[in-house]
Amino acid sequence: MEKNEDKRKEIKCVVWDLDHTIWNGVLLESDEVELKAGIREIIAELDARGILHSIASKNDAETAMDKLRELGIDHYFLYPEINWSAKSLSISCISTNLNIGRDTILFIDDQIFERDEVKSEHPDVTCLDAAEYMSLLDNPRLNPRFITEDSLRRRTMYLEDIKRKKEEDSYKGPKESFLRSLDMKFVISEAREEDLKRAEELTIRTNQLNATGYTYSYEQLDRFRQSSDHLLLVCELTDKYGSYGKIGLALLELKPTHWHLKLLLMSCRVMSRGVGTVILTYIMQQAKNKGKRLQADFKQTDRNKMMYVTYRFANFKEISNDEQGQILFENELDQIQPFPPYLEVKVAVAGRQA
Amino acid sequence: MMEIKQKVRQFIESNLIVFEEEVVFADDDHIFQMGFVNSLFAMQLLTYLEQEFEITIGNEDMDIANFSTVNSIVHLIDKHSRVV
Repeated sequence: MEKNEDKRKEIKCVVWDLDHTIWNGVLLESDEVELKAGIREIIAELDARGILHSIASKNDAETAMDKLRELGIDHYFLYPEINWSAKSLSISCISTNLNIGRDTILFIDDQIFERDEVKSEHPDVTCLDAAEYMSLLDNPRLNPRFITEDSLRRRTMYLEDIKRKKEEDSYKGPKESFLRSLDMKFVISEAREEDLKRAEELTIRTNQLNATGYTYSYEQLDRFRQSSDHLLLVCELTDKYGSYGKIGLALLELKPTHWHLKLLLMSCRVMSRGVGTVILTYIMQQAKNKGKRLQADFKQTDRNKMMYVTYRFANFKEISNDEQGQILFENELDQIQPFPPYLEVKVAVAGRQA
Repeated sequence: MMEIKQKVRQFIESNLIVFEEEVVFADDDHIFQMGFVNSLFAMQLLTYLEQEFEITIGNEDMDIANFSTVNSIVHLIDKHSRVV
């Protein structure tokens, strides 16, 4: 692997080939395949670090899943792609299904042909020769700085998402009555010390729904949390299936004349629930109540158009734009969307003087 | 012209999460007041308009005044379609 490995993004999902990669031998030639030494432990350890697993294997789907069940590791793999199509295609599907960027995927295969095929279609996917699998646990991109409650529950949360998606797809009535049936609760609270690891993790992991791309360290966030002229908010979403975890973060600088939104980000997993707009509504209502103007920093990238649109449709207007993507927004606060009727919003924020 | 209006209205009716059931959208009704315009709806609307009417909606068009009623959306499409 290249030297500059560390600088690249953290890996969110490892995509495994099966034959000669996870196990020794070829399943369709012999049913007696055995897991490679240490593979079970490596998969379990990565899972505990909050890293997801999936599969891209040219195999018979049913036979392969039976074998994985027999080996007792089938539950680790989300959206496995076991079929005869090109692996680049399988990886596209996995990336779409998990809603994660391809630059956060590590693909492991014993065959150079497969790695090259994936590489040629997706230069941003990292490929690893299966022979090097013992190096995985020491790979810095597979060692997140913190293991948070959310990372421990990550696979479970994705499984809950799959259930939600299934129910949503099969639901025939109007969208709002489906959303209402989820019994969603959205809690906005001031960040506590124990939220900071997750907050740092969110700033690092979130690309599509990140307003500024600023990443803050634990220590910086802790200073903002304790500073009287800043407000650091975290959001949690729960529904009848369970908790989506801490899925949003906002940092406000409270100035005498105006509030300045420095950071707003939302986990991509909650995109369809409208929660980005909810937190903006909350901040706009508060600023208006306190008689402050509201400004917001924005850094436009090729990945965060959704966030730009979220601000604009919340009636933020550009007041400066350096044409390099650095934008300053201001909101007149004369049109504020109410909270959506299908969601219960709870606020646990102490009053501020600033 | 009529056809564009119908398409836009139909898109909004089938995608917007409305505050009250059984709402009817008149051409000048403020959609931000009748439903919950979240990020996903906004993206879906933009993508739909760009693909269906083969126009490009830039940052400068993203003002909510351009999207607040069926009529204003039709006007935006019209403005872009005339530019060759």
